[in-house]
Amino acid sequence: MSNKKIKKLTPTQQEYKRFAKERVPKRPVLLNTIRAFIAGGIICTIGQGVQWMFMTYFGFSEVTAGNPTVAVLIIAAVLLTGFGVYDHIAQWAGAGSAVPVTGFANTIASAAIEHRTEGYVLGVGGNMFKLAGSVIAYGVFSAFVVALVKITFKALGGI
Amino acid sequence: MLKGHQTWECNEKPVILSSAAIGGPFESKGALADDFDILHEDVWLGQDSCEKAEKKMLEQACEKAIDKAGMKKEDVQFFLSGDLMDQIISSSFAARTLGVPFLGLFGACSSSMEGLAVAALIVNSKAGKNALAAASSHNISVEKQFRYPTEYGSQKPPTAQWTVTGAGAALLSLDGEGPRVTSATIGRVVDMGLSDPYNMGAAMAPAAVDTIQAHFRDLNRDPDYYDLIATGDLGSVGHKIAADLLRKHGIEIAPEIFTDCGILIYKKDQPVMAGGSGCGCSAVVTYGHFLNRIRKGELRRILVVATGALMSPLSYQQKETIPCIAHAVSIEM
Repeated sequence: MSNKKIKKLTPTQQEYKRFAKERVPKRPVLLNTIRAFIAGGIICTIGQGVQWMFMTYFGFSEVTAGNPTVAVLIIAAVLLTGFGVYDHIAQWAGAGSAVPVTGFANTIASAAIEHRTEGYVLGVGGNMFKLAGSVIAYGVFSAFVVALVKITFKALGGI
Repeated sequence: MLKGHQTWECNEKPVILSSAAIGGPFESKGALADDFDILHEDVWLGQDSCEKAEKKMLEQACEKAIDKAGMKKEDVQFFLSGDLMDQIISSSFAARTLGVPFLGLFGACSSSMEGLAVAALIVNSKAGKNALAAASSHNISVEKQFRYPTEYGSQKPPTAQWTVTGAGAALLSLDGEGPRVTSATIGRVVDMGLSDPYNMGAAMAPAAVDTIQAHFRDLNRDPDYYDLIATGDLGSVGHKIAADLLRKHGIEIAPEIFTDCGILIYKKDQPVMAGGSGCGCSAVVTYGHFLNRIRKGELRRILVVATGALMSPLSYQQKETIPCIAHAVSIEM
């Protein structure tokens, strides 16, 4: 927690916070990082294998193989979410399964499944981007900013 | 009768005529599976939503408790219930089915003992002959409301807790045989400035400590008066903090009698991180496990301190700290 927030607390609250902190088990950050590296690496290697398959057997180029590869990973992640496996993988893998495109597919699929009981329009449709929405909003905005930077550099005679 | 600042002593000693505990599939694999009246294999209970499943469990707990006492719904004057859903729909909808005059309660996970305390007060004051107290929670419906979708792959920290799928009910009356409610200490809202919804145990521990201290002060008792003192759903993290905090405040409770419903309910090898939580947690452990042990004569006097975190999904997104509460009820044979 930031220093600014801690300052708002009374001395008793600050004291308790320290008291509790000494007794709370820490997130195993190093272990989580190693697991994320392994799991993320495996997912990306599978993706690489799929891309290679599309290029070798289906005549895609390195650029055009990207779309079907992503589609395969998304379908796999959605199926794993639906069968109730993905959240167990994620508990072990952490960021390793959250950062690749499979994590994004999981956010949408899990929200859609969860809100199925509220109907297709208000439930599934209205809630499926509950978690993914901010990724899309800030993803599009950052792409826009990057594009502006690139245009500016070009206009100034750069790359 | 008021004792001290915040404790009721029930002179008439209302009897818990019967009690019932209903659990889900995950609880059936837990450490206290034998103490449930009904265990469901299907987490949806054959309903088309988890909210309906929770309501169904609560109804079953109430009907089972009434049935075990050999009574009919009409014999029960008041029904007190609480749960974690918005507008406590599980309780209200179960009350619609029961048709018993109803008081809805919200004290988050402390609702179980809040209900038992108020029911004891009603029976003790002879405002009603028989009163039914109940509480429920459902893993999927609660996670859906308070956290992320259940299938969403987020990595939970070691302080996170697993919401119990369960409902418990107890029927109180003036006459009869069984464990008796002897006193209840109503807690204050305590906020020690913690705001992490994945570490509710640490947030709720000071509230439990405050209520336990008040209970012993008001009744002028020592912890060794009880065979067992159980906190509601502090989990392994919060329970340890509570024990240390009590020691710091000069109250020494022997580790073998100081336990927590959230620690007891699951086995060590179940992936629940710090333990169980939810209204259903203290309800099923108290109305199932503890009362069974009292009836068997293994325990004579127990104190259950149900803890609740009074936050909403909105309040923690707005970076509010978590206000907590705890209610203690003593049950004696």
